[in-house]
Amino acid sequence: MSEGTLYDKVWDRHKVTTLPTGQDQLFVGLHLIHEVTSPQAFGMLRERDLEVAYPKLTHATVDHIVPTADQSRPYEEDAAEEMMSELEENVREAGIDFSDPTTGDQGIVHVIGPEQGLTQPGKTIVCGDSHTSTHGAFGALAFGIGTSQIRDVLATGTVAMEKQKVRKIQVDGELGEGVEAKDIILEIIRRLGTEGGVGYVYEYAGEAIENLNMEGRMSICNMSIEGGARAGYVNPDETTYEWLEETDYFQENPEKFDELKPYWESIASDEDAEYDDVVHIDASELEPVVTWGTTPGQGVGVTEPIPAPEDLPEEKQDTARRAQEHMRVEPGETMEGYNIDVAFLGSCTNARLPDLRRAAEIVEGRQVDDDVRAMVVPGSQRVQAAAEEEGLKDTFEEAGFEWRNAGCSMCLGMNEDQLEGDEASASSSNRNFVGRQGSKEGRTVLMNPQMVAAAAVTGEVTDVRDLQEVTVA
Amino acid sequence: MSGSDEVEIPEVDYVSGSGIPIRGNDIDTDQIIPARFMKVVTFDGLGEFAFFDLRFDDDDTPKDHPMNEDRFQDSSVMVVNANFGCGSSREHAPQALMRWGIDAIIGESFAEIFAGNCLALGIPTVTADSETIEELQDWVDANPDGEIEIDVEAEEVTYGDTTIDVTVDEAQRKALVDGVWDTTALMKSNADAVREKAKELPYVDDEAIPEPK
Repeated sequence: MSEGTLYDKVWDRHKVTTLPTGQDQLFVGLHLIHEVTSPQAFGMLRERDLEVAYPKLTHATVDHIVPTADQSRPYEEDAAEEMMSELEENVREAGIDFSDPTTGDQGIVHVIGPEQGLTQPGKTIVCGDSHTSTHGAFGALAFGIGTSQIRDVLATGTVAMEKQKVRKIQVDGELGEGVEAKDIILEIIRRLGTEGGVGYVYEYAGEAIENLNMEGRMSICNMSIEGGARAGYVNPDETTYEWLEETDYFQENPEKFDELKPYWESIASDEDAEYDDVVHIDASELEPVVTWGTTPGQGVGVTEPIPAPEDLPEEKQDTARRAQEHMRVEPGETMEGYNIDVAFLGSCTNARLPDLRRAAEIVEGRQVDDDVRAMVVPGSQRVQAAAEEEGLKDTFEEAGFEWRNAGCSMCLGMNEDQLEGDEASASSSNRNFVGRQGSKEGRTVLMNPQMVAAAAVTGEVTDVRDLQEVTVA
Repeated sequence: MSGSDEVEIPEVDYVSGSGIPIRGNDIDTDQIIPARFMKVVTFDGLGEFAFFDLRFDDDDTPKDHPMNEDRFQDSSVMVVNANFGCGSSREHAPQALMRWGIDAIIGESFAEIFAGNCLALGIPTVTADSETIEELQDWVDANPDGEIEIDVEAEEVTYGDTTIDVTVDEAQRKALVDGVWDTTALMKSNADAVREKAKELPYVDDEAIPEPK
């Protein structure tokens, strides 16, 4: 068993008791809720005549169904309007703060928590959304839960969990041009598999992780779940503290910053911490990674050949065959040159300001390919406003991108932003499952945001490093 | 106040029924319940949309899928392969399977959040190695009306003349067998200890901690 890791320490600080099942009852420091997975939980509370126990540690936003074009109420789609109304009523009754679109603070739940300083090191954070692992970037213990567990958290301020093992993923070396955090996590999932992390929490460490800004660390922790790990984290450091100091919470309560810093420092993994497993990755060997299949683990370097199913471990062969049929790719070919119909820059993985900046640099002075529908969906209203302020919106629009309002959008196709028919999408999101982007024939190629920008302008999967060389020349 | 005490939580130490094989590794929850069916504020009626895109064409014509076959319509034990239920945390997925008629799932392995969601509904997710699972899937195919018995406490599955050892996660087994898988009332009874814990945490403001009731 692990010892002295951030996970062990945060777990111990939040453990209320051990339940008769052997699970621990953990105190929840921050409960984030949204419109899709919470209404049924509020319904269960009403059925049992229970109240929300810790409304001030709960925060709501709307992201999954929110339209990203016309946001005037009532929403055009009845189902979306009903879900929004239900959430509004639930948070009003319980006295829960709600970053709704009229506040200017709305956005994807995993973008707004960090922005507002709700996400802090050493907190336990849960949300009815598997990408809650994102918040681990700040040294929080953050994981997704189901709706019955949301009911538990609403009613008791706690959640029942079994303690897991800790795998340290040591990423050394420096990232090359055009290669970023997204490529590190796609590589990790490719190597360890989509279920390699089941039963583990991932600690991301090493020079390459320490050199990332908070947004990059969030991209990595975000996709922990795609590797089967329910939570992933990075130990807090000066980069973390600098971000926190600028957030609303610490701007409004500056004394809290000094008060809490010793706690943050105390929960970081010890030098001599013990791990259940350690994996090494050399960041300097990576190139931009793209997916060729229908699971996030089916990735390949952009210039590398797509593997033949029979060369993969036996248990992966069937899935690979079906995936290659769906994607219409051939073993031995590269993904470079794969035709693209849609370019989607968005999602809780890669729709923060630095993500949009890097993509805009590629787009600048170029035009979206005639056959490509390209869109930018900022992760939050604040990202959107900041990007507009520094001219990124103009850059994207001049190149032919649509500039939309904040939400989950085409990452999961619950609003009007969807793939049609068998369209192929170059996407900065996190899942390439069949049907994920709204069309069951749709094809998703996951990649980093610069690579999405490159695909948008060329109409095919493109090694962004080639475009960068042209820029330099 | 504590209406939660009235909730009856049955013990789930034994489940039986005929099986239905759903083959393939890495079946994600987007497959089990596509996102467009989640635009609802209750779980009612989700059963008919379970595996919808694998079961129906664009014009709603049924496709070749076990859940569309007459012989599996009364099945209640799903037999699946590895990493079943990966991806999105949506409880809509096990809710849809449960409302279709599934009481237990036997598989090679399950994604963690999915297994936790199943437990919260009293649905056992028991595991065995890939060879054992494939044999069971073949048997179910040949014996669609055949009874599968899952002894959760003894960690055994019996079908035909065969009894196999299966694994049930320790906490899941205790929770199901002792009937404590619905944790709300259990955890609520520790409200005082929870408040004390909150007071110990440096980041929790006093005003966020409710008065004892």
